[in-house]
Amino acid sequence: MSSQHPHPRPEQAPWASGGPAGSPAGGAAAETLPPPGEAELSTTAANEVVGVTSWRTPVVLALLSLVALLLFGLNAPDNPVSFRVSEAGDLLRVPDLVVHGVLWGWLTVAVLAGLTVLAFLRARAGAHLPRWAVLLFGFFFVSGFLVWVVGSARSPDVSLSGLLAGSVALAIPLIFGSLGGLLCERSGVINIAIEGQLLFGAFSAAVAGSLSGSAWVGLLAAVLGAGLVSLVLAVFSITYRVNQVIVGVVLNVLVSGLTGFLFATVLESDPGVFNSPPRLPRFAVPVLSEIPLIGPIVFDQSVIGYLMYAAVALVWFALYRTRWGLRTRSVGEHPKAADTLGVKVNALRFRNVLVGGMVAGLGGAFYTLVSVSAFTRDMTSGAGYIALAALIFGRWNPVGALLASLLFGFASNLQSILSFLGTPVPSQFLAMLPYVVTILAVAGLVGVSRGPAAIGKPYTKE
Amino acid sequence: MSATGTAPAAADQQKAPPPTATAVGSRSAWTGSALQSVLAIVAALVLGGVLIALTDDRVADAASYFFARPADTLAAMWAAASSAYEAMFYGAVYNPNGTTFAQRVYPLAETLTVATPLVLAGLGVAVAFQAGLFNIGAQGQLLIGAALAAWVGFAWQLPVGVHLLAVVLAGAVGGALWGAIVGVLKARTGAHEVILTIMLNYIALNLVAWLLTRPAFLRPGSSNPVSPQVAETAMFPKLLGEQFRLHWGFVLAILATVFVAWLLQRSTIGFELRAVGANPRAARTAGISVTRGFVVVMVLAGALAGLAGVAQISGTERALTAGVAASFGFDAITVALLGRSKPWGTFFAGLLYGGFRAGGVTMQSMTGTNIDIVLVVQSLIVLFIALPPLVRTGQGRARSRRGRGTTATGTTTVSDTATATTTASDTATATASDTATGTTTASGTATDTDTATEGGRA
Repeated sequence: MSSQHPHPRPEQAPWASGGPAGSPAGGAAAETLPPPGEAELSTTAANEVVGVTSWRTPVVLALLSLVALLLFGLNAPDNPVSFRVSEAGDLLRVPDLVVHGVLWGWLTVAVLAGLTVLAFLRARAGAHLPRWAVLLFGFFFVSGFLVWVVGSARSPDVSLSGLLAGSVALAIPLIFGSLGGLLCERSGVINIAIEGQLLFGAFSAAVAGSLSGSAWVGLLAAVLGAGLVSLVLAVFSITYRVNQVIVGVVLNVLVSGLTGFLFATVLESDPGVFNSPPRLPRFAVPVLSEIPLIGPIVFDQSVIGYLMYAAVALVWFALYRTRWGLRTRSVGEHPKAADTLGVKVNALRFRNVLVGGMVAGLGGAFYTLVSVSAFTRDMTSGAGYIALAALIFGRWNPVGALLASLLFGFASNLQSILSFLGTPVPSQFLAMLPYVVTILAVAGLVGVSRGPAAIGKPYTKE
Repeated sequence: MSATGTAPAAADQQKAPPPTATAVGSRSAWTGSALQSVLAIVAALVLGGVLIALTDDRVADAASYFFARPADTLAAMWAAASSAYEAMFYGAVYNPNGTTFAQRVYPLAETLTVATPLVLAGLGVAVAFQAGLFNIGAQGQLLIGAALAAWVGFAWQLPVGVHLLAVVLAGAVGGALWGAIVGVLKARTGAHEVILTIMLNYIALNLVAWLLTRPAFLRPGSSNPVSPQVAETAMFPKLLGEQFRLHWGFVLAILATVFVAWLLQRSTIGFELRAVGANPRAARTAGISVTRGFVVVMVLAGALAGLAGVAQISGTERALTAGVAASFGFDAITVALLGRSKPWGTFFAGLLYGGFRAGGVTMQSMTGTNIDIVLVVQSLIVLFIALPPLVRTGQGRARSRRGRGTTATGTTTVSDTATATTTASDTATATASDTATGTTTASGTATDTDTATEGGRA
């Protein structure tokens, strides 16, 4: 989303460098070629970026390893830490995972240090760290962190399946929000209004669900309601070319005020009529849902949960394997070129913004039809901004957005679980995690996160 | 940079002088936009009134026999909306029911009190706008400023006067630091300031929440996340005596407005910032460091938002809480947009929104109308200001004339002129459209370079 590139950068297409979130090595290749605009902007700064690039991955890994040494190694909890894998009702009984804090801590430090050395060697040879090394580093860092943080708690015993299932539940609205944002942004329209779309979706679902007595009508209303917010965004930012960020920010305030006002005056006047939506049914796939760990996450979900998996796959397929997807991406990268080839730029953008809002609306419905059965004022509490963060951290890629949303959901679920267990990490720092990693991602300190080249710029046919 | 951005088109619309660099006067642009602002405010208030009327119980009762006596429904709607706005006026400007003079003008003083942080934070957003940056982070800058100001206020023991000065400086420094992070990251890595500021808002909120669990910040003997009260020497004196909440922070807001107006219009730094905002490439050609401009303007914007934090701590709240910023940092965005990023425009927009907020409280207690209607009206105002159809007729002609005037240079595209005339959004769009295709308006560039050399000489 850097706005300082006057020239299109065909060699910088984000999907080309591709790959899911959290792989610093994958994007580093693209970074070594500074876009011409940046070079013009400040030659010295651009040169410095090139100099740092090849050493950035090893340096970041070294810093993380140092953190691991200080916390997980030197400060390891001297007691066994157990993760419950299967619950009482499960078909398969899997023994709990029990590791010793000190043992796992030092194993983590050793693996991380080894991978860091590998990264330095590869960097000196001018090569990049292979993907498996990055994934291994990520796995050991997260598991080492979990063992350390749970082991240091008052009762070093946590249900792993509960932790993961809760994370998915928290991530579902984020995933829908970031998918909706993705559809807008890949076609070149910044969507700051994800928060407003989620909130209005939740509100419409609650009201329509209560009035009709059917959760399905509520679901449809959420889609239409959030689509309405998107319609305003599209009309202002595409038809009238008003600045997209301004419209997004103002729409969030408008939706917050409107739903807050209607909540206080109408919904509160008779909550039984206006604000008691029925819940969407929950389907547990027989047998499969009793697989430890995976069962509750994948095969025991509400309708919206299954829709989420379908939506990620569908958006990915549509974006990368269909004509519509190619057109959408080209409109987001270089609208003029797309226009030359006969793509109706603004019409396509308009449609995509509408559809994006509708997808986000499904995430809004999750609040009032699945997790809580009533609307409350500002109940999305900034989830739209976290979804935006997930979209960026996931590099404007559906799978990346899914993984980033899951990570953020995991962080916020861990935060609430740890506040029960008592923890060495202040919960506020865990709450900050999504925002900090997003800043690191957009600043290019961890991986490279570049948006579509034409994002935020209204297009006028000449 | 609205002056260069809108002025030619708006000037055409008003008096149609030739679109030369010297004719780019801010006055004609201002009168045009002032009319539009008034229209937008009226339209938003009308829509808000309709919303109030439609959700009113008595209106619903009367509507049940609408076809028998439609006048009853309309009368009930009018009564609902007018009584709500009347209550808002009583709470914001003048209370005729007061027995003493002080009671009658108390609402006005209250409006100015609420407006103080709005004006200061709004200036922070407006200054960044002028340099083409979208500062959504006033909330975070305000919080960090408030945290530092509160700490200096309760932990330090200093003589009268010096202490208040230290608190004001601490608030400005805190906000400036938070803004500097954005400026430096934007300048060094090209990261988008909108994302950075949104994320930093939440980091600031969590940071303050964490600070309020630390012994150093926690009020002794309290389990609530509240800091100790700041010392009496760290408080702004009351401006109009003890019966009003209005404090010297309001004078600080006026001084800040004067300072920002001077800085933007009369100083080299301000000129460079506006040049960066109008056209970064032209600014660079004129020898202005764009990256340094980003850092400078974000430090300045952060410091102003930090002063809003001081106004909260030393003016009204006295202690740091996680909610000390309320939503002033977000409202500041709408304030700056309504004020068209101009210092005095922002000042008066801040007064208006301060009046809405102060009046909204009274309205809620008197007529039971929920205060969230204020948010609706505020956001509608900004949307209406941005809505081109309100001023479509005048600008359509201006656009075609301007298009003909500059075709000689060969590089003007319709989109450049069109986006430049898109009123409220001009600041940010100007930058966006400049960088969009690389086909910057030739005349715009010429104007900027011309004035750039003037500034260099000055």
